[in-house]
Amino acid sequence: MPTGAIFKFHNDLDTDQIIGSQYLLLPDLEEMKVHTFESLDPDFPKKVKAGDYVVGGENFGCGSSREQAPGVLKALGVEAVIAKSFARIFFRNAINIGLPVIVCKELPDEVNTGDMMELSLSEGIVKAKGKEYTCTKLPEYMQNILNQGGLIASLNKEE
Amino acid sequence: MGMTIAEKIIAAAAGVDHVKPGDIHTVNLDRLMSNDGTTHLTVDMYHNKLTNPRIADPEKLVFIVDHNVPADNPKTAAAQKKMRDFAREHQIDFWEGKGVCHQIMMENYVCPGELIFGADSHTCTYGALGAFGTGVGCTDFLYGMVTGTSWVLVPESVKFNLIGKLPEGVYPRDLMLTIIGQIGANGCNYQVMEFCGEGAKTLSVNDRMVLCNLSVEAGAKTGIFEADEIALAYLQEQGRKPKAVYKSDPDAVYAREYTIDLSAVEQVIARPDFVDDVVPAKEVCGVKIDEAFLGSCNNGRIEELRIGAGIIKGKKVAESVRFLVVPASLSVYKQALKEGLIDIFMESGAIVMNPNCSVCWGSCQGVIGENEVLISTGTRNFKGRAGHPSSKVYLGSAATVTASAIAGEITLA
Repeated sequence: MPTGAIFKFHNDLDTDQIIGSQYLLLPDLEEMKVHTFESLDPDFPKKVKAGDYVVGGENFGCGSSREQAPGVLKALGVEAVIAKSFARIFFRNAINIGLPVIVCKELPDEVNTGDMMELSLSEGIVKAKGKEYTCTKLPEYMQNILNQGGLIASLNKEE
Repeated sequence: MGMTIAEKIIAAAAGVDHVKPGDIHTVNLDRLMSNDGTTHLTVDMYHNKLTNPRIADPEKLVFIVDHNVPADNPKTAAAQKKMRDFAREHQIDFWEGKGVCHQIMMENYVCPGELIFGADSHTCTYGALGAFGTGVGCTDFLYGMVTGTSWVLVPESVKFNLIGKLPEGVYPRDLMLTIIGQIGANGCNYQVMEFCGEGAKTLSVNDRMVLCNLSVEAGAKTGIFEADEIALAYLQEQGRKPKAVYKSDPDAVYAREYTIDLSAVEQVIARPDFVDDVVPAKEVCGVKIDEAFLGSCNNGRIEELRIGAGIIKGKKVAESVRFLVVPASLSVYKQALKEGLIDIFMESGAIVMNPNCSVCWGSCQGVIGENEVLISTGTRNFKGRAGHPSSKVYLGSAATVTASAIAGEITLA
C-alpha cells in the first residue's frame, strides 16, 4: 500500500482556497500548481511530495466548478483526497480527471497534518496511526471511470 | 411513483419513462456553455488528449468571455484568444463583453425542460425557467462537446414550499441567504432545491434567478421552479418556446420538505468567509467598508439597478468608498441608460463598469487589497474571494449594498 503524509484542511474548504481565481487563466496546470493552497499555506506546493494525501472535513471542494482545483492537486502528485463529504462538482471533476476521492467519516477527526497514511484503493481501506478505516465505495459507474484513468481516457478507449 | 420536475427532465434526456434518485443515466444534452474561466484548458485537451477530436453538434455550444473582460494581462489575452479562435473555427456561438454568461444564457438560450451543462457552478440559475442547468468542469464539458451526451446521477429533490410575500425593503437575495443560513453550505449537497407554493407566484423570473443561482451555495446540483405563466411570459418576450413544461407529480417523492414564510424574512448579511454564516443585517451595522459592489449573475439585473438607483438618487457615495456598479449584460446596461439609472449612479460618484463578472470572482478590475472590506451583491464571500487573502467580503442585497456605499459602513437600507 502506498504511504504518504497527510495535509489536513477545514470543513467547507472551497475551491478558491485550492487555487485562487487570479491564477485560473494561466496557460496550464504546471504554471498554476505553485499557487495551490496559497491563501492557507503558501509553502504547500514545496512541502507536498508525490504520494501524499489531502484530508478534509465536510463539504470538501465547495464553491466554484473550476476543474483546476483537483487538477493542481493531481499535478502536484497528491495520491488521493479523503474527506467526510465532498461538494458534488469537485467530486465529479476529481473522478473525471482520475484523482481518487474517498469518503471516510472517522479518519479526518483522528489525524493531523504530518501524520502518515496508507491507502488501499481497491479494498477501500485507509490505515493511519495504527488504526484501520473503512471507506465508502464509489458507485460502480464512477469507479470504472477512475480505474480507466478518467473520463477522457475512457472515451478514448471506446473509440 | 410520481416524479419531480428535475426527474422528468432527466428521464426525457435519457429517453426513458421513469427515473429515480440514485440511478445513473446517459443523457442527451440540450446545450453546453463554457466561459473564459476554463475554456482554454478545454481547447488544449481537445487538441492534445482526444484520440478522435470532433464536435457532436456545434449548434448546442455557447462560448462566453465574461470573467476577465477586457483582458488584464497578456496571459489572460492568450487564454481568451485560444477560446475565440476555436469558436470561430468550429462555428460556435461566441459572446464577448456582452454580459455575464448566465445572464446571456437566460436572455438568449435557456428554455423550460432543457438539460444544460455549463462549465460554471452558477449554471443552476436556469431553473428559474424550469430548465435543469448544472455546473461541470472542463473534462465533463469536453466529453459533452464531443459526444453530445453525458452521465447523470439522478439527484433527490428537496421541496421548499414558499408561503406569504416578502415585506417591503426585503428582497429575494435576503430570502435565499436566509435559507442557506438555515440549511448550511452543504444543506442540499447533490440534491435539487425545488421552489414552489403560493409564495413562488409572488416572484418574477429575476427573483427566481436570484434563488436558483445561489442554490449551489447550499451544495445543490440545481435549483428549479415550475415553468408557470410568469416564466412562459418571460420566454415569449424573449421570442423563445419551451422544449417541455413539466410539473412535479402530486405523489413525487422528496428527500425533505421545508415551509418558508416569506413575510418573516428580514434584511440579512452573510459574513466572511462562508455563505452560510448569515445574520440579520442589523447585527453587523457599523462595519467600515472600502468598496461596495452592485452586480453579478446573482444581482446585476435591471431590477437591482433600479433598487440601487432609487436609494442613491441625489446622494453621494462615501468619500472612503469605491462603489462599483456592473450591469449583468449589455441589454441590462442599455435599459438602465434608457431609464436614467446610469446618470444617477455616475452623479453619485459610482464607478460604472462594462458588463462582466467583476470583483465577484476576484480576478478582474475592482479587486480589494490587504485587510480591505467589501460589501457585495456577488455570489460568494470565501476567504480572499475578492482579492487579497486577508480581505473580507460581506454579502447583502442591492439595497443594503447601496445604502452601505453611501454610509461608508454596513447599514440598513
